[in-house]
Amino acid sequence: MSLLEIKNLHVKVDNHEILKGIDLKVNAGEVHSIMGPNGSGKSTLAQVLARRETYVVASGEVSYNGKDLLSMRPEEAACEGIFMAFQYPVEIPGISNAYFLRSALNAIHKYRGLDEIDAIDFLPLFREKLKLLDMDEKLMNRSVNEGFSGGEKKRNEILQMAVLEPKLAILDETDSGLDIDALRIVAQGVDAMRNPERAIIVVTHYQRLLNYIVPDFVHVLLDGRIVRSGGPELALELEEKGYGAMETEARHATPA
Amino acid sequence: MITAIQQLESYLESFSELEKLAAGHALPWLRNLRQDAFARFCEAGFPTTHDEDWRFTNVSAIAQTAFRLTCNRRVRLSQQELEPYRVPGVAYQLVFVNGHFARELSLLGKLPDGVKVNGLAEEISSNPGAIEPHLGRYLDIRRDAFCALNTAFVQDGAYVHIRRGTLVEEPICLLFVSTSDDAPSMSHPRNLIVAEEDSQATFVEDYVSLDGGTVFCNTATELVAGDHTVLSHYMIEREHTGAFNVSTLRIQQGRSANVVSHSVLLGGALVRNNVHPVLAGEGGECLINGLFIGNGHQHLDNYMLVEHGSPRCGSRQFYNGILDGHAHGVFHGRIIVHKDAQKTDAKQTNRNLLLSDDAQIDTKPQLEIYADDVKCTHGATIGQIEGDALFYLRSRGIDEVSARKLLLFAFASECLDRMKQGPVRRHVEGLINRCLLPMANSAPGVSTENHREDTGRNWEEIA
Repeated sequence: MSLLEIKNLHVKVDNHEILKGIDLKVNAGEVHSIMGPNGSGKSTLAQVLARRETYVVASGEVSYNGKDLLSMRPEEAACEGIFMAFQYPVEIPGISNAYFLRSALNAIHKYRGLDEIDAIDFLPLFREKLKLLDMDEKLMNRSVNEGFSGGEKKRNEILQMAVLEPKLAILDETDSGLDIDALRIVAQGVDAMRNPERAIIVVTHYQRLLNYIVPDFVHVLLDGRIVRSGGPELALELEEKGYGAMETEARHATPA
Repeated sequence: MITAIQQLESYLESFSELEKLAAGHALPWLRNLRQDAFARFCEAGFPTTHDEDWRFTNVSAIAQTAFRLTCNRRVRLSQQELEPYRVPGVAYQLVFVNGHFARELSLLGKLPDGVKVNGLAEEISSNPGAIEPHLGRYLDIRRDAFCALNTAFVQDGAYVHIRRGTLVEEPICLLFVSTSDDAPSMSHPRNLIVAEEDSQATFVEDYVSLDGGTVFCNTATELVAGDHTVLSHYMIEREHTGAFNVSTLRIQQGRSANVVSHSVLLGGALVRNNVHPVLAGEGGECLINGLFIGNGHQHLDNYMLVEHGSPRCGSRQFYNGILDGHAHGVFHGRIIVHKDAQKTDAKQTNRNLLLSDDAQIDTKPQLEIYADDVKCTHGATIGQIEGDALFYLRSRGIDEVSARKLLLFAFASECLDRMKQGPVRRHVEGLINRCLLPMANSAPGVSTENHREDTGRNWEEIA
């Protein structure tokens, strides 16, 4: 059984169809990359998987770990092991990063019937992950993402992922706006988390991130449909030819 | 004005009764003070919404109710009844029942030499010479009918005197308890706090009511902050939703005095909190920090009048409001910079969260600047709980109610963070927490199992 199985998923926003029938299978241990130009529906797919309620699923099924994902609330999905790294991490004034992360971890622990972790036990765990992402401990006492640079925000997302240890991680354009040094740190942080129990979906516009996180599968999303799937070489082909060529091919393949 | 004088007869009766019996009735200066104030109140009547300072707050429910003084029927309360209302960990707590000092209920721990704390009535009887130079000297009975009414009925409250150079580390807490019987009752507590040069202290006024009856608490405090003093004042309103509470804090600041005022309005049906510092000495600093949280049909009005009277003074106003249900909040921040107050630095910020479609906020800055070299800024925001922030927290596993509570508490903690760490802040934090929990629970689309039905009365219907 696949960890994630999406069948003929149609999604609407403001009565406008964004996803027009997505089929995708992701097994534990695999890294999939979903690539596509702006407006192709990449972020919509990521948000639906994270259960953002503003997206209306018109039809289709998504099973995750044998359960119906589409009936879950966002917090349930998170507690079941789904994590989405936001394209635009949200600033939350007045809540410290450390408090937020500990609350999240404890919410998940509670859901799974595990003991809560107090502030003292949390600290060493925290420090270890901070080091992994080369982050300043000072950021932990600051409000969540408030006044963080773009790179700090993205690193903070991966830090959360490292602490919460999801079964399925979805990275929504985590590479956008990062300089090459920040990209390398973020990508290495993600790559270090690859293991046989965990699946990762990397949503990206460009191929560069995939130099560091080499995917097992690449899917090209165009206008709400996956038009091609292949191995890592597909990302390189895309980089070379651009999405335009792919669009032309797609039109020929599916005559209207 | 018809509604304004409707109950005048009842006030007249109470006033003549009080004049004969109250502490200091034989002192000519005090008699004059009361009589002048009562005359002023009769002349002005209760304000109406045509009055610019009362535009958003309709007090006709107060004006139309025949309130009685409870002075002749002293209510007996037990220590146990008060226990839940005390501030944990504070050794010095004075208790006032319907405005009267209740020594037997008070906790009178040790205070440093140089601090005198007493009931105002006792002090008027035993030591009127200390009271006369200050009482009624700062509070403006011409501007405000409620101040006139309070002064007409001036009788008891807290008297605190701090000698020059004295450092009081423990907060001095004043707990005002309103009780009601079948008839609507009123009290007019009056506090006089005189802090001499170079002293430091913290005062807490905490208002509670023991039952849900109709009570009207009209309180006034004159806080005299001598040169180089460092003072904090807390006003906590947490009465039942059958209570009317009008309070005025008049601060007179000397040279380089540093005063912080915290107002926390959580309870009451119709609440008006006036904070009126006058920066009379050069180099004074004043921080006015406030939080108001309303639900049901509560009406919470925050009125600030900051007067810069001397050069090089700074003032900061920060008010955050959270309103749910049909609650109505008001922020009216007025800053007057007088002609000589050059190099004034005044700032005002009011931020509001509206949690329901029927909640309402009126926010109004009012700057009057008569000096030419000043820096004055103001700003106000009105918003809702941000959907993005809520989703962000939920996507990390935090359930919707907890996420809402976190966001509400984060908003409230902007005000909390301006309070010094210690027992008073912990007390306030606990009160805020209790207030926010039902609001977090009442999220649209959240199961209403824990949702507490709003049992508050509509104050407009009380009269």
